[in-house]
Amino acid sequence: MNFSFLGQYSSFYLTGAYITIALAVIAVVLGTILGVALTLLRRTRFKPLKLLGDIYVEFIRGTPLLAQIYIIYIGVPIIFSGSDIPDFAVGAIALSLNAAAYISETIRSGIDAVSIGQMEAARSLGMTQRQTMFDIILPQAFKNILPALGNQFIGSIKDSSIVSIIGVAELMYKSTIVRGNTALGLEPILVASLGYLIMTFTLAQLLGVVERRLKTSDRR
Amino acid sequence: MIDVNDLHKSYGKNEVLKGVNVNINRGEVVVVIGPSGSGKSTFLRCLNLLEVPTSGTILVDNQDITSKKVNIDKVREKMGMVFQQFNLFPHKTVYQNIVHAPMRVKGTKQQEAKVLAEELLKKVGLSEKIQAFPSSLSGGQLQRIAIARALAMKPEVMLFDEPTSALDPEMVGEVLAVMKDLAREGMTMVVVTHEMGFAKEVGDRILFMDQGKIMEENNPKEFFEHPKHPRTIDFLSKVL
Ligand SMILES: Nc1ncnc2c1ncn2[C@@H]1O[C@H](COP(=O)(O)OP(=O)(O)O)[C@@H](O)[C@H]1O
Ligand SMILES: [Mg+2]
Repeated sequence: MNFSFLGQYSSFYLTGAYITIALAVIAVVLGTILGVALTLLRRTRFKPLKLLGDIYVEFIRGTPLLAQIYIIYIGVPIIFSGSDIPDFAVGAIALSLNAAAYISETIRSGIDAVSIGQMEAARSLGMTQRQTMFDIILPQAFKNILPALGNQFIGSIKDSSIVSIIGVAELMYKSTIVRGNTALGLEPILVASLGYLIMTFTLAQLLGVVERRLKTSDRR
Repeated sequence: MIDVNDLHKSYGKNEVLKGVNVNINRGEVVVVIGPSGSGKSTFLRCLNLLEVPTSGTILVDNQDITSKKVNIDKVREKMGMVFQQFNLFPHKTVYQNIVHAPMRVKGTKQQEAKVLAEELLKKVGLSEKIQAFPSSLSGGQLQRIAIARALAMKPEVMLFDEPTSALDPEMVGEVLAVMKDLAREGMTMVVVTHEMGFAKEVGDRILFMDQGKIMEENNPKEFFEHPKHPRTIDFLSKVL
């Protein structure tokens, strides 16, 4: 094993890691916003909209992320012909759209876990369906699903490696470049893997702390 | 003020309300009793349309609230409801629980809301809990806050669905005391309960429900001393 390339390439890797984190943060934040919208869409009484939401979630969950990335990478320039969207944006959008479907499922179960009595109490006070959803149900649902959102974050960090195939210079992409430059087969990938592990492990620890905090605040 | 005509409610094939007719007058305390599963909750919940009736009309201040044209949120503003399970908002403090709906729905200003909350908490005897979270309160305290929360909308009528059934026996009294005060102040109330003492003392009229119908109704004295319907007699022999 030869890791002497690290001296020369460590900051190169580091910028890759930053991009990985940026992709994951965008995927989770945008995915959550879209996920809420998607959840509301799937709860409307207007059947066609509900169907649209359901189909979207089924499609995302039933097809590989790689295929979804290609569809956006190739499809977007066709639809918006001539427009030049940076690869990073394409990658971030693809990851966000993907995360949104999974997050929507999570939010749905989080909403179901809030007792029906909460909805009834709010409505009996004259609050509208909307007010009830945003003021009473969703805040409680989010507390329920925070751990799952954290896991989505970890998932998005790992998933983001796939956008290397469209040339987004995140951690995985960087390791491929290093392999090419150094003619080393395994070592650059091991370094990237360690990078992912450090990110996901740190995040998991942070989540553990947050979860314990939430539990104690419940007992106030 | 509430006029219920031939109210029916079915869940699938199961007909739970089989033609209920009731008039509730302003300032009146109507107590609904009856065996469990007889449709008391369903009846009460139809009054503010938490359950949608299958047929029949419900006039509130001469407006049929079962009509599609009615804005039910507006109607609910004048009908407070208290639940067996309290249903306080766990992510909000006692203060927020009370002022949230008035501020959000009616646009009550902060200053006014604060005065309102303090007044109501004093009324239910829990002034010192204003900044507490529901999880730190006992059942009896939770239910008193829930009553304060409903009152914050300044309703014209209060609906109670077994407000003391989920409470430890030693906490029942404190909740009933608040309800008695409310009745004394002239609040219109519909109360589903198993507390026969409360029914006798506070009720202006008792409705006995069984199998989706009102089998018998009378003033408390007559009702408890000279029940007429065999099912009433049977029920009273079990609970008294
Ligand atoms: N949401 C519902 N779906 C189906 N059946 C219901 C529902 N709510 C109540 N019921 C049925 O209606 C009947 C009357 O219930 P309820 O009004 O709660 O009675 P009570 O309050 O007098 O105990 C019961 O048989 C119950 O199983
Ligand atoms: Mg009941």
